[in-house]
Amino acid sequence: MKPAPFDYRRPDTVEAALAALAGSGGVAKAVAGGQSLGPMLNLRLAQPAELIDLGGIAALRECLDAGTSVQLGAGITHAQIEDGRIPDPSRGLMSFVARGIAYRAVRNRGTLGGSLAHADPAADWINVMALLDATCIVMGPRGRREIAQRDWMAGAFTTALADDEVLLGVRIARLSPGARWSYYKVNRKPGEFAEAICAFVDDGAQGRRRAVIGAIDGAPFVIADAGALIERWDEALAHRHLCEAGLEPGTLEYQLHAVALRRAAAALAVFTGEGA
Amino acid sequence: MTLPMPVELCVNGERVSAAIEPRTHLADFLREHLNLTGTNLGCEQGVCGACTLQVDGVPTRSCTVLAVSCTGAEVRTIEDFDADPVMAQLREAFSAEHALQCGYCTPGMLATARDIVLRLPDADDARIRHELAGNLCRCTGYVGLVRAIRSVLDARKTAGAVNRT
Repeated sequence: MKPAPFDYRRPDTVEAALAALAGSGGVAKAVAGGQSLGPMLNLRLAQPAELIDLGGIAALRECLDAGTSVQLGAGITHAQIEDGRIPDPSRGLMSFVARGIAYRAVRNRGTLGGSLAHADPAADWINVMALLDATCIVMGPRGRREIAQRDWMAGAFTTALADDEVLLGVRIARLSPGARWSYYKVNRKPGEFAEAICAFVDDGAQGRRRAVIGAIDGAPFVIADAGALIERWDEALAHRHLCEAGLEPGTLEYQLHAVALRRAAAALAVFTGEGA
Repeated sequence: MTLPMPVELCVNGERVSAAIEPRTHLADFLREHLNLTGTNLGCEQGVCGACTLQVDGVPTRSCTVLAVSCTGAEVRTIEDFDADPVMAQLREAFSAEHALQCGYCTPGMLATARDIVLRLPDADDARIRHELAGNLCRCTGYVGLVRAIRSVLDARKTAGAVNRT
């Protein structure tokens, strides 16, 4: 047996999960698909005294298509998104991204909410949600609250989610029919955590022309107005953004992100709706 | 050590109940408690794919899933696929194309291969190779593996059995 011992509970409602988290005195760790925490337990990088398994809560797998926006339950798996089994606000971006997350056996288990709560800078959803400016919906003993993406991730593996709160899901504004996107990540091998992630969304109808420089030390760097870079590739402007993102010219990290940003921009220019 | 917890699940068509420590992952439970040693463990951190098996009909890493979280689940290990027609085709193709040598990755490789055949009937060689990225083989190599899966996909297409499981 690899993990250090822990107690385990599997509540079937959000209320029961909140009660379990509150009752643990801060020593419990919530887990969903366990595809990041599982390896960390086996390696004993994480040694929680108690696990609260959210996998039995059906309410976390609900989605709501409200027309101009879509709310996705935190318990939706990467595979569900990959297969298009849930409403898609992103014109295929999320399905494309999902296909590149780890491996199918991991995607069958790993969840959107788990990935966002884990907040590995090199993971995909944290970057996609920053790009789409999604809102995280959280429930805790002090009630329900909504957290904008810019306030979600404070740093690597650190979010605004309190120890006694549960992430219910995310709300994502639907892209317009003519919107384009691109997503480029650098991996040494398919399915591994990214060394660089850059992405664009160009939704002129809604004035959403954003880009993300991700897989950096902390939260994704968002270019809230990427219009200039979308109109015309500009090496000096790209350089400025990469520096603002904290990347140091002359380093391997800078170079990988510079390539990812340029390739994402190039992919956007020839957007076909089927991935970059 | 924490107190054992009850777990009740279905393994290879049989109901199983046991009391186990919560930290027991599914692969250890199958191997140590049920003596189903067909599931191999490699990295135990979700990378190598050797322990891949089926939970509720889909491929799953049994090293990163706690056995206690599988209460009510249907687990199928490599031992349960003798009579499975797709797996029979894959076994023959693996032999014909030299898709295994030491055999350590094979149970997980077959679980993934079966998923590719059923889920992606139109997969080309590049897609097969991409889907195999989560199963590490370090002796035979992937040329034989891709050929074996390719041959089963082609045979099923010819037989018009693409949508049959």
